[in-house]
Amino acid sequence: MSTETTFLESLSELDVEVTRTTPDSCADAIADATVGEAIGVPLQDGLALPPSVADRPTNGDLETADTGVTPAAFGIAEIGSVHLESDRAGTELVSLYPRRHVAVLRDADLVPDVATAIDRLGPDLRAGGSGVVATGPSATADMGSLVVGAHGPGEVHVILVEAGQ
Amino acid sequence: MSRADRGDRAERAARIRNVMREEGDAVARNTREHNAGRKAAAENVPEYEDLRTRARELKEHAIENLPELIEELRESVAANGGHLYIADDAADANRYIVEAVGDADTVVKSKSMTTEEIEVNDALAAAGVEPVETDLGEWVIQLADEAPSHLIGPAMHKERAEIAELFADVFDLAEPPETAAELTAFAREKLGKRIREADVGMTGANFVVAESGTLAIVTNEGNARKVAATTDTHVAVAGVEKIVPTVEDLQPFLELLSRSGTGQELSAYTSLLTPPVASPVPDFDAPAESLVDGNGDGSGVAADSDREFHLVLIDNGRLAMREDDELRETLYCVRCGACANSCGNFQSVGGHVFGGETYTGGIAGGWEAGIEGLDVAAEFNDLCTGCSRCVPACPVQIDIPWINTVVRDRINRRKADASDFAFLPDGLAPDAEPAGLDLGKRFVGDFATLAEWGHRTAPLANRLANAGPVRAALERVVGIDRRRDLPEFASESLVEWFDRRGGSRVPIDEADRDAIVYPDTYTNYVDVERGKAAVRTLEALGVHVRVPPLPPSGRPPLSQGMVATAEERAHDLYAALAEHVDAGRDVVVVEPSDLAMIRSEYERFLEPDSFERLAGASYEVLEYVYGLLENGAPIDALTPGDDSTRNRELAYHPHCQARTLDLEEYTLAVLERAGYDVRTSDTECCGMAGSFGYKAEYYELSIDVGEPLVEDFGGTDRTLVASGTSCGEQLDALLDRPARHPVELIAPPESASR
Repeated sequence: MSTETTFLESLSELDVEVTRTTPDSCADAIADATVGEAIGVPLQDGLALPPSVADRPTNGDLETADTGVTPAAFGIAEIGSVHLESDRAGTELVSLYPRRHVAVLRDADLVPDVATAIDRLGPDLRAGGSGVVATGPSATADMGSLVVGAHGPGEVHVILVEAGQ
Repeated sequence: MSRADRGDRAERAARIRNVMREEGDAVARNTREHNAGRKAAAENVPEYEDLRTRARELKEHAIENLPELIEELRESVAANGGHLYIADDAADANRYIVEAVGDADTVVKSKSMTTEEIEVNDALAAAGVEPVETDLGEWVIQLADEAPSHLIGPAMHKERAEIAELFADVFDLAEPPETAAELTAFAREKLGKRIREADVGMTGANFVVAESGTLAIVTNEGNARKVAATTDTHVAVAGVEKIVPTVEDLQPFLELLSRSGTGQELSAYTSLLTPPVASPVPDFDAPAESLVDGNGDGSGVAADSDREFHLVLIDNGRLAMREDDELRETLYCVRCGACANSCGNFQSVGGHVFGGETYTGGIAGGWEAGIEGLDVAAEFNDLCTGCSRCVPACPVQIDIPWINTVVRDRINRRKADASDFAFLPDGLAPDAEPAGLDLGKRFVGDFATLAEWGHRTAPLANRLANAGPVRAALERVVGIDRRRDLPEFASESLVEWFDRRGGSRVPIDEADRDAIVYPDTYTNYVDVERGKAAVRTLEALGVHVRVPPLPPSGRPPLSQGMVATAEERAHDLYAALAEHVDAGRDVVVVEPSDLAMIRSEYERFLEPDSFERLAGASYEVLEYVYGLLENGAPIDALTPGDDSTRNRELAYHPHCQARTLDLEEYTLAVLERAGYDVRTSDTECCGMAGSFGYKAEYYELSIDVGEPLVEDFGGTDRTLVASGTSCGEQLDALLDRPARHPVELIAPPESASR
């Protein structure tokens, strides 16, 4: 099974929605995946946010926005996780505060498993980097039964950008 | 045994009864769900055992090198621009934290058992700072002014309706939230506001990496992320034992932690933070301003200059535990809660009975003894029965029952020194314990001696034992509950029966193998029939059998924390068996708790070579039968399950310690080969646990622990099967019909013996 297939299966087990797209269609795919008022962190490598996503969010937007769009540095196929960096552009906060998180990830940035992910993170962390391996939506079982969407997003949507054919 | 002790027993029984009534259902549901999740997750990972071994080795190494790692971490944190403080104790930690928090009005906290341990909330409140718990479970506990009942589910003991009532009450709500989703939304909103207003965020840390100063924080709710990223000052508090050398060392722990705790592959959020972090600090008082600085381009991980970071590592007894050969293992704990979830007693009572000042479940014995002292550990140490179901559950292979046994020994000896009975001369009792040892413990611990006397005077002893006045005295003096049937001693022991019969029916020169059937205390003096069945079964499969008189294994004294006595028994039994083993004879054991002694605990008592030899030559009886069948012995020689005089359908409860040794599979395979239809229980422990269920203060708890067996087997007319003596006694008490040892279901009748 390819890494990508494994990743898609893992996402489905986590109830994470996914859109497979190309660099050219990426902005449209993001626009389709957002709900309500959307804020975002600028993407790298020629990928663009759609105009409907505010790419210079204000402090107040964190509280009021319905969707946060951020890049994900890499994904872990075996488990369906995405890695979100604590960067100066606010990826940590934009992916955390709104109730819906849209993570944009290139298929080239999939790693097979946790061990590979840790190996990849080693140099970043040693250089002072920070981030979170996010696996599905936030959840709690503290209120008597499992509830999705606690302090973090209750909905997660992954935009998987495949290299142009 | 004073009136005060009797009063203590009644009081303790009443307290357990109350907690079971108020908290038992919620605890049982949650722990069993997590426990099932853990098992399923472990089965999905082929290299699970390798991960456990690696995690264990890493922890051993890290604790061994802790002083060096602390110094390395000190440099890493300073290089990142943070502050590291090593606090000697709670007061020292709190003094530093209060200073670091400065003039903040509120501190928002994510879940941290270590901050519970040092009671930082009280220290903050005393300094005029309001601590706000943001983990929903911790918040519930804070509002209810209670202590957490579980390492990872602090409010696990509360039902949804109770939480709804609590919110309605505290916040005076006209239309209070009711469903779990409504309660969560309510909490999110309330706590979200507190987080946005706060200046200081406090988190724990699951792991701290020495080489980089990175914290690993594992959560599901997202509050740790929010607390750390939203405030400009991050104070992380953790035990000094949480340090690992390198980033790469995190891998086995992260793979194991969530799987062990809840059965998740990874929790929703594994934050790997090397603070101070680069994320901009949001200013919610200026909502129209941009979150990101004018030149923020999303690149680089340089710390945001507004951020301040303090890492407070707590000693508070840990470095002394590191020097303590018996408690050191406790420091390998990753606080996943698997020992609590897999524990029969915990599933019934939760952490408010099975726990100390802060920590709960099996591993709490070590934590509380090391941090708070023996007084606190003594409050709940009895709750560990040594059933060992936590041993395969622990991701770092901590021998939790052993720690609790050692702590029990220390408690015994301290109590004995202060006892009124200390005037009795040492050496009067048949054990190696101090004179003032608790009589209830001594009564159970010296059961082998009692059984021998009971057997010699069986008719009288049995009549007397069950006479009203004697039962009343037993309850009063040694705490044996009068609601329990006592074992009846046999007039003819297994050894005597075997001699009278003229030894083995299979001559040595015609035998395929030569084996000792070990006459353990119960098989020899109480349940002789299962011993006879073992002899006949082995002979039917071509084994020359011997049943020599042999010393007891030491299981009862060990269960009472009488470690010195248990060790003496180990040496005696090894001495008595060594020559048999050297002669190539197998040692076949009928009682699983005795086999578990030989295969597990003896490793701590015997020389390594001696342990290996004895353990390598010893077999549980059904395991041995399985081996004989695999080697070509004819199954037809055994009584088939489709014999019309027998019930083909069985309900089998595997003994807890046998299950830990993976022995139940052999029993199942042999019974199925013999034509039986077997239903196996997945209850971790029957609740009797040797002598535990006989004790007046624990009788009701032990019955409650057995309740799942009633649910499982109560409605069937299957024949009950159990290898363990105490499981058999418990099944009989719960279901009012006798349980058979599996070997009795395959043994040919005596008349058929060759």
